Amino acid sequence: MLNSRIPAGPLENKWTDYKGHCKLVNPANKRHIEIIIIGTGLAGASAAAALGELGYKVKTFCFQDSPRRAHSIAAQGGINAAKNYQNDGDSVFRLFYDTVKGGDYRAREGNVHRLAEVSANIIDQCVAQGVPFAREYGGLLSNRSFGGTQVQRTFYAAGQTGQQLLIGAYQALERQIALGNVIQYSRHEMLDIVKIDGKARGIIARNLVTGELERHFGHAVLLCTGGYGNVFYLSTNAMGSNVTAAWKAHVKGAYFGNPCYTQIHPTCIPVSGDHQSKLTLMSESLRNDGRIWVPKKQGDARKASEIPEEERDYYLERRYPAFGNLVPRDVASRAAKERCDAGFGVGTSKQAVYLDYADAIQRYGKIECRKLGINNPDAETIRKQGVAVVKAKYGNLFDMYEKITGENPYEVPMRIYPAVHYTMGGLWVDYELMTTVPGLYCLGEANFSDHGANRLGASALMQGLADGYFVIPYTIGNYLADDIRTKPIPTTDPAFEAAEKEVRARIERLMGIKGKQTVESFHKRLGKIMWDKCGMARNEKGLQEAIVEIQQLKKEFWSDVRIPGGVLEMNPELDKANRVADFIELGELMCKDALNRRESCGGHFREESQTEEGEAMRDDNNFQYVAAWEFKSDSSWELHKETLEFEVVKPSQRSYK
Amino acid sequence: MKWSALFTSSIGKKLVMSLTGLFLISFLVVHVGINACIFYDLFNTQDDGQMFNIAAHFMGSNWVPRFLEVGLFAGFLLHIVQGFMVEFQNRSRRGVGYAKQMGNKGSKWYSRSMGLLGTLLLLFLIMHISQFWVPSRITGLPEASYNPEHHDMFIKMVETFTDNPLMVILYLLGVISLYYHLIHGFQSAFRTLGVYNKRYLIMIRSIGIGFSVLVCLLFALMPVSIYFGWIGYSN
Amino acid sequence: MEHYNMNLTLKVWRQKNKDDRGQFETYQVKNISSEMSFLEMFDVLNEELIRDGKDPITFDHDCREGICGACSMYIDGRPHGPWQANTTCQLHMRAYKDGDTIVVEPWRAQAFPVIKDLMVDRTAFDRIIQAGGYISINTGNPVDANAIPIEKDKADLAFANAACIGCGACVASCKNSSAMLFVSAKVSHLALLPQGDPERKDRALNMIAQMDKEGFGGCTNTGACEAVCPKEISISNIARLNSEYLRAGFTVDK
Repeated sequence: MLNSRIPAGPLENKWTDYKGHCKLVNPANKRHIEIIIIGTGLAGASAAAALGELGYKVKTFCFQDSPRRAHSIAAQGGINAAKNYQNDGDSVFRLFYDTVKGGDYRAREGNVHRLAEVSANIIDQCVAQGVPFAREYGGLLSNRSFGGTQVQRTFYAAGQTGQQLLIGAYQALERQIALGNVIQYSRHEMLDIVKIDGKARGIIARNLVTGELERHFGHAVLLCTGGYGNVFYLSTNAMGSNVTAAWKAHVKGAYFGNPCYTQIHPTCIPVSGDHQSKLTLMSESLRNDGRIWVPKKQGDARKASEIPEEERDYYLERRYPAFGNLVPRDVASRAAKERCDAGFGVGTSKQAVYLDYADAIQRYGKIECRKLGINNPDAETIRKQGVAVVKAKYGNLFDMYEKITGENPYEVPMRIYPAVHYTMGGLWVDYELMTTVPGLYCLGEANFSDHGANRLGASALMQGLADGYFVIPYTIGNYLADDIRTKPIPTTDPAFEAAEKEVRARIERLMGIKGKQTVESFHKRLGKIMWDKCGMARNEKGLQEAIVEIQQLKKEFWSDVRIPGGVLEMNPELDKANRVADFIELGELMCKDALNRRESCGGHFREESQTEEGEAMRDDNNFQYVAAWEFKSDSSWELHKETLEFEVVKPSQRSYK
Repeated sequence: MKWSALFTSSIGKKLVMSLTGLFLISFLVVHVGINACIFYDLFNTQDDGQMFNIAAHFMGSNWVPRFLEVGLFAGFLLHIVQGFMVEFQNRSRRGVGYAKQMGNKGSKWYSRSMGLLGTLLLLFLIMHISQFWVPSRITGLPEASYNPEHHDMFIKMVETFTDNPLMVILYLLGVISLYYHLIHGFQSAFRTLGVYNKRYLIMIRSIGIGFSVLVCLLFALMPVSIYFGWIGYSN
Repeated sequence: MEHYNMNLTLKVWRQKNKDDRGQFETYQVKNISSEMSFLEMFDVLNEELIRDGKDPITFDHDCREGICGACSMYIDGRPHGPWQANTTCQLHMRAYKDGDTIVVEPWRAQAFPVIKDLMVDRTAFDRIIQAGGYISINTGNPVDANAIPIEKDKADLAFANAACIGCGACVASCKNSSAMLFVSAKVSHLALLPQGDPERKDRALNMIAQMDKEGFGGCTNTGACEAVCPKEISISNIARLNSEYLRAGFTVDK
C-alpha cells in the first residue's frame, strides 16, 4: 500500500505542524552531508541554492552548457500567488480550491494546500532577489488574470516570467557556487541511479564533452529534471528535454505516477510541415484580450478579414459564457480540436483556429483616445492607439509569431492550435517529495504531485519554486537527520561499479547496432503514434494498437538504429539515442496508464467517457486514485493505487459555463 | 582595491584613454583658436599674421602655457602608448579570426578603426611637430618685422604651404583622420566617463559632431587659404 | 506568406575537438522549405550526413524559441544571422533565396574556446555571474514584495536588461571580443533596483575583474554588440557600467 505520509490534522495546519515537528540536521552535520541535484531549472536551481545556503554540500548537474538554459526559462505568462494585492477576493483557500478544481479532482489536497500557502513567500523571495516583475505606476506589483480563475493573482514580467524567475534562481545558485557550497557540472547527463542497501546513494553521469562516465556519491539524490512532453516528438519543450533521469529512477524502483496525464496547450503556433522540429507556445495571457473563433460555415476558404462578424463562431464564448475565452487549457484545447475535426478549421492545414485581436485593438484604442482627450477620433487613430497598447502588453509574443509565420498579427488574426506542453504525471512522491526509493526525491514538473489531471496556467513556476525553495529544505532534513552517521561512501563501492558497468554496456549496445535508421526518425515515429492514439482524445482500441506499435518500434530501434561517431567524444546523436530509447519505453507505459483509466479527467480524455455535450466525464467511484506504476521487467508493470481523499473540497462536475 | 588595479582594468585603461583624449580635445580648442588668428588677415590685409604671431609668442613665452605644454606632451605620450597597448591587447582576444567579416553591419568603420586613425595622426604629428614646434622652440625662427622679440611663425606657415600641393594634401589627410578620430572619440570619451542618460548622450553626440566639424574645417582652411593665397603677405 | 523551396550551398566550420585545427566544409542542401527554421535546415543536413555515414554537425541549441540562449552561429558575418533582434533558432529560411551560399562559423573569442564544430564553451559567463551577478539574500528572509515600491520606469528598464539571454553574440560581434554588454546588462539590472544597492560597488568591481581574467577584450564603444543583441540590450548600459565601476573604484574603502 502506498503511503503518501500526509500529516494528520486540519488541512490548513498540516504544513505548519509538519514544519514544527520534522527532524532537523544541525549545522555541523550539514557540512558533512552531500546532496546530488539533477537538473537546474526552477526546481533544481532553487533547491540547490536553498540547500547550499543551509550548509549542505551540493552537486548540481545539467546537460546544457549552463544552468541558465534550463527550459523553465521559456515559461511566458506568469506565476500565481495568493497575495490578494488586487483586493478581488483571493486567498490561500481560493488558490487551493481553484487548483484542485482545475486539476479535475485528481490531486492531493494536502500538497495543493501547501503549495497555495507558500505561494506568497515565493513572490517575496523573488522580488528580494531582484526579479523585475511588472509594476504599476505607483511602484507596486501588477497582476493579470489567467485561465481557470476569476481573480487576478498572476505576477508576470512581460512575456518572459519564466526567464526572469530562472535567472533569479540561477543567480542564487551561482552565488552558492561562488561560496563553494555547490559544485556545478554542466554538459553532464545522469544515466543511472546508484542504490546501496535500498537507498539512493549516488549517480552515474556521462560527461557529454569527453564522453567519459563519472561516479558521484550523495547521501540523497534530487531529480528536478522537468517533464517528458517530448515523448510526442513535437511539443513546446526544448529539444533537449527528456525523461531519461526519471526513467532510470523508475527502472531502479521509483513508481511512476499518472503517466498519461498530459497537458495540451490551446494557444500554440500550428505545425507548418514535416520538417518541424518543435512547436512554439503563445502565452495563455493572450486569451485575456484575444477572442477565439472559426467560421460558421464548414470549409470556409475566405480570408479572415472577408468573413463578416455574423458568420464567425466565437465558440468558447458561446459554450462557456461564464469563463469565455479564459476556460482552463484542457477545455480550450478540446474545443479547438472539436471544431477542427468537424471541418471548421482555418489555414492551409485546416488544423487551426483564429485568435483575433481586432476587438482588443478597438477597445484599447477608444480608451486611449479618451485618455488623450481626442474627441471623435477617426478609425485610423483608434487603431493606431489600440495597436500601441497591445504592443506594450504582448509585443514580444506578436514579434515571435511574426518571425515564425511571416504574418503580421496586428493585421491578420493569429492562427493557433493545441500542442503538447506539460506533463502532470511524473515520478510518484509522498508529501515529503520522496519517491518510493528512500533518499531519492523528485521536484517540479518531474514529479506528479500537485496538478492532478490538468494544470492551471501560471502554476508550474509556482510549483517548481515552492518545491525547491520552501518544501525540500524542510522535508529532506527529516530524512537526512537519520543519516548523519553515514560517512561518504567511496565511489569504488561495488554498487557504483555495477551501475557504471550497466551504463557502459547499454552505450556499447547502442553503438554496436550500426543499423540504417536515424535516431530522429524513430523519435518522429514514436511521436506520431503518441499524438494520434494517446493525444488529445484517446480510446480503448487506439491505445491497444499504440501499445503494439510501440513495442514493434522498440524492437526496430534496438536492431536498426544508426548512431555515428564514437563513445569517448562529444556525440549528440548518442545522447539523443539514449533519450529516445527511454521515451519509447515511457510511451508504452503512458498508453497502458491511459488504457487503464477508463474515465475522462482534465487533460486525459477517453472518448468512451463524455457527457452529452461532449465534456469530460469523471468516474469518481472507480478512478479517484493516483495510478502509480512499478517497473517489473521489460514491458511489464504493476499498478499500485493511492486513493485520493477529499476532506475539504467535494468533487463535482467541473463547470466553466 | 589598489590604484594600480583600478587603472589597469579594462575600464581603467579606457578611463585613461578618455581623460587624456578629453585633455587633447581641450588642447585642440586652444590650438585651433590661436591658429585661427591668421584669418584676421582676411579682414585686415595689413595684418600679415601679426595677430597670430602675438598669440603664438604668448604661448611660447608665458610660463603658464609652457608649463601646460609639458602636460600636453605627457598627455600625448600616454594617449599614444596606452592606445597602442589597448589596440593590440584587444586584437589578441579573438584568437582565430572570422572568414567572413562583420564589416559595417552594426558599427561604423571609423569606430572600429581608432587604432588606424590614431596611427595616421601620430605620423602626421611627427611631421607637424618637426615642421613647426621644433623650429620655434629649438632650431629657431626668423624675427617678426614688427617686433624683434616675436618669432615670425606666420612666415613659416606661408612657406610650408605656398606652392606645395603635396604638403597641403598631407595636412588635409591629417585633418580628415582627426575628424573621424574625433567623431568617435568625443562621444566615446563621455560614455567611458559614465554618461548614460539618454538626453545627455544625444546632446554630447551633437556637440561632438559640431565640434569635430568646426575644428577640422578651421584646420583644413589654413593650408588651403595659404595655398590659394587668400591669406598671406600684402605686397 | 508565399511558400517556396530552395537549394543552398553551406560552408560550415568543422572542428573535431578543441585541439583540432578545423576547416571549412562545403555542403549542398536541396529542397529547403522557406517555412523551415535555420536550425531545421541543419537538422535536414545532419540527417543526410548520418545516412551517408558521416559525422553530423554539432551545434548548441535547446529551446528553439529564442529565449534559452543556447544557439550560437555566426552566419554570413553576423551573429544569429541577418535578422534584427533575433536568435539563430528563430531565423527562418524565407530570409534566403534559391542558390544562396551561406557561411556558418562558431563564435570566435579566446574566452569561448570551440568544443566541437559550431559549439563553443561559454562557461566564462557563468564565472562572471559568480563574481557578483546576484543579490545576496538567503531563502526565507524577505519582506513583503510590496514593501519596496519601485518606480515603474526603473523596474521596466531593469527588466529590459535582465532579459539578456547570455548567448554571447555581443562577444562574437565585438572587434575586441569584449563581454562588456553582457556584464553591463547584469550590473545595470541589479543597480537599477533598490534591492541591488548594498552590493553595487563590489559587484561592478568584481565582475569586471573576472571578465578581464577570463580573457575578454575591453570596450571601445563601437556599438556592434547592441546591433546584434537578440534582446536589443542598449549600449547605454556599458556607460552605466563605467559609471558604476568608476564610482566604486574611486570610493571603495579597502
